[in-house]
Amino acid sequence: MTITSRVAQTARPAEGKTPTSASPGTGAFRSKSKIDPTYYWMVVPVLGLFAFFITLPALVGVFFSLTNYAGYGDWKFIGLMNYVNIFKDPAVLQSYIFTFVFALTTTVVVNVVALAIALGLNAKIKWRTGIRTVFFIPMVLSALIVSFVFNYLFSNTLPVLAERYGMTPLATSILANENLAWIAIVVVTVWQAAPGATIIYLAGLQSVPSEVYEAADLDGAGSFRQFLSLTLPLILGYLVINVILGFKGFLGTYEIIVGLTGGGPGMATQSVAMRIFSGFTGGDYSYQMANAVIYFLITLLISVIQLRLIQRRGVSL
Amino acid sequence: MTVSTHPEPITGAAAPTRITSGTPRNRKSNREGFKVNWWLTGLMLAASLTILLPLYFTVAMALKSPDQIGTGTGLAWPNPMNWENFAAAYVATNFPRAFMSTAFVTVLSVLGSLACSSLVAYAIARNWNHRFFRGSFVYLLSAMFIPFPVIILPLIKQTALLGLDNPAGVVFLHVLGGISFNTLLYIAFVRSIPVELEESARMDGATTWQVFRKIIFPLLAPMNATVGIFAFLGSWNDFLLPQMMIADPALQTLPVVQMLFQGEFNTNYSLAFASYLMAMAPTLVVYILAQRWVLSGVMRGAVK
Repeated sequence: MTITSRVAQTARPAEGKTPTSASPGTGAFRSKSKIDPTYYWMVVPVLGLFAFFITLPALVGVFFSLTNYAGYGDWKFIGLMNYVNIFKDPAVLQSYIFTFVFALTTTVVVNVVALAIALGLNAKIKWRTGIRTVFFIPMVLSALIVSFVFNYLFSNTLPVLAERYGMTPLATSILANENLAWIAIVVVTVWQAAPGATIIYLAGLQSVPSEVYEAADLDGAGSFRQFLSLTLPLILGYLVINVILGFKGFLGTYEIIVGLTGGGPGMATQSVAMRIFSGFTGGDYSYQMANAVIYFLITLLISVIQLRLIQRRGVSL
Repeated sequence: MTVSTHPEPITGAAAPTRITSGTPRNRKSNREGFKVNWWLTGLMLAASLTILLPLYFTVAMALKSPDQIGTGTGLAWPNPMNWENFAAAYVATNFPRAFMSTAFVTVLSVLGSLACSSLVAYAIARNWNHRFFRGSFVYLLSAMFIPFPVIILPLIKQTALLGLDNPAGVVFLHVLGGISFNTLLYIAFVRSIPVELEESARMDGATTWQVFRKIIFPLLAPMNATVGIFAFLGSWNDFLLPQMMIADPALQTLPVVQMLFQGEFNTNYSLAFASYLMAMAPTLVVYILAQRWVLSGVMRGAVK
């Protein structure tokens, strides 16, 4: 996982925690005078660096999105022209559609797979530690290198196997197929991201007290019924966290696409992040910055909607 | 992915487990204490092939000569094995230099993340009533809502201007990029440390720095492990930042160096896979040797 997705990941757990320990308005004046200056030395340098390396670039980006800067040379203000043009640009629209369809599909598949693995690992199986070790291996591997390996599997191994067993539709590489390439990206992303979600589900499953199941057993509830009526509602909070973190992370997918298709064939699998990065070399710096600002507003909107949903449903961890 | 296709049997067996899994951490007695569900064990073993097969494939490919790769599936085990691939890949990618560069970025990022986030978290948690510190916390958290693609273009220009278009610059960003998340983990933990512990030390004349170094930081050990693992994996495997920031190809990190094999005319797969394997091996080996420790560390991060 890249920093981005990891940073995005815990936005939500924090929300629940901060208000509880905040005692609004109290002590702000009283304590101001007697704080040990050492505490400022602990925080201020880091805050300064943070502002300089994270906040400043964001503001500079917003500024340049209002110009016609190409990444070099002169520039002048052109107001909201970049934004207007983006809404008329079919390539940008396509990248947004691809990114959202991809993120939605991947979120669903990752969560189904991760929950299944977590249930399996939590069950009465032999060699649990060993099997668990294997399932979490993808977590420690570089997504890019994993994609290179799968790239060969998809473009060489799979077609040869398909031909051998007479499955002609698969006899050409699915990476070269405009309509199927995104499925390969979903598969590799699931392979890479499922362990992280599995860990959260395992934590959830282990938090369910065993008495609940003993009672259900006495009442004669079958195991499938127990899963639907007990396990699922009890780990709903973990599911929500996984869905939110996952969706946000998958919106920013980059490495796996680079390793598999490079955005192709054509521009069929070009994500928003890839388009934005292209502004660095493509001479449309300010245009892609406007794209980045729109991307930011969309992700912010999604975060707000998700927060609202969580609050309304009263889900908490 | 075969894993996803069997929700029912898995759930079917999941329920009775609870009786054992509810009792904390007694894996040994679990192993003897319940009736093993062999059917499910088989299913899980089969599912774990989805992980093992690509890894086996990578190893098999890395040991083949170009002739052995030919037009086959690549799944057969090579005979004879071609160990020279590793030596060739070692030279082609200038492995020692890439390894040192990656290690430099990773070690400094881990140390930086541990030091910065724990200090910030300590100061914030102990001065929560103070507006400045509470404000700092909200400010750091707000960064979680900014996706990386949004700042990357101006950021690269900025680091290039400052002469930070090298591994040192990447270290800065790894530390700062993870600081919101790490501070969050630490703050929850610092709050659980009783203030009385510090107060007695202060009575004896310890300064705030000494209190932090001698008392707080050692007590944070479990969280240090969690933050350290995340920082290590994130930094070692990062592709985006080094690729975009490091201007001198000679200083590139291991994941970025693998791009070398993606050229149009480069079809030397045996060399490529040997190199992939060498780049993946360090984290894989560390993980397998310390897996219980790594997993418990990551688990702690997940629960928070």
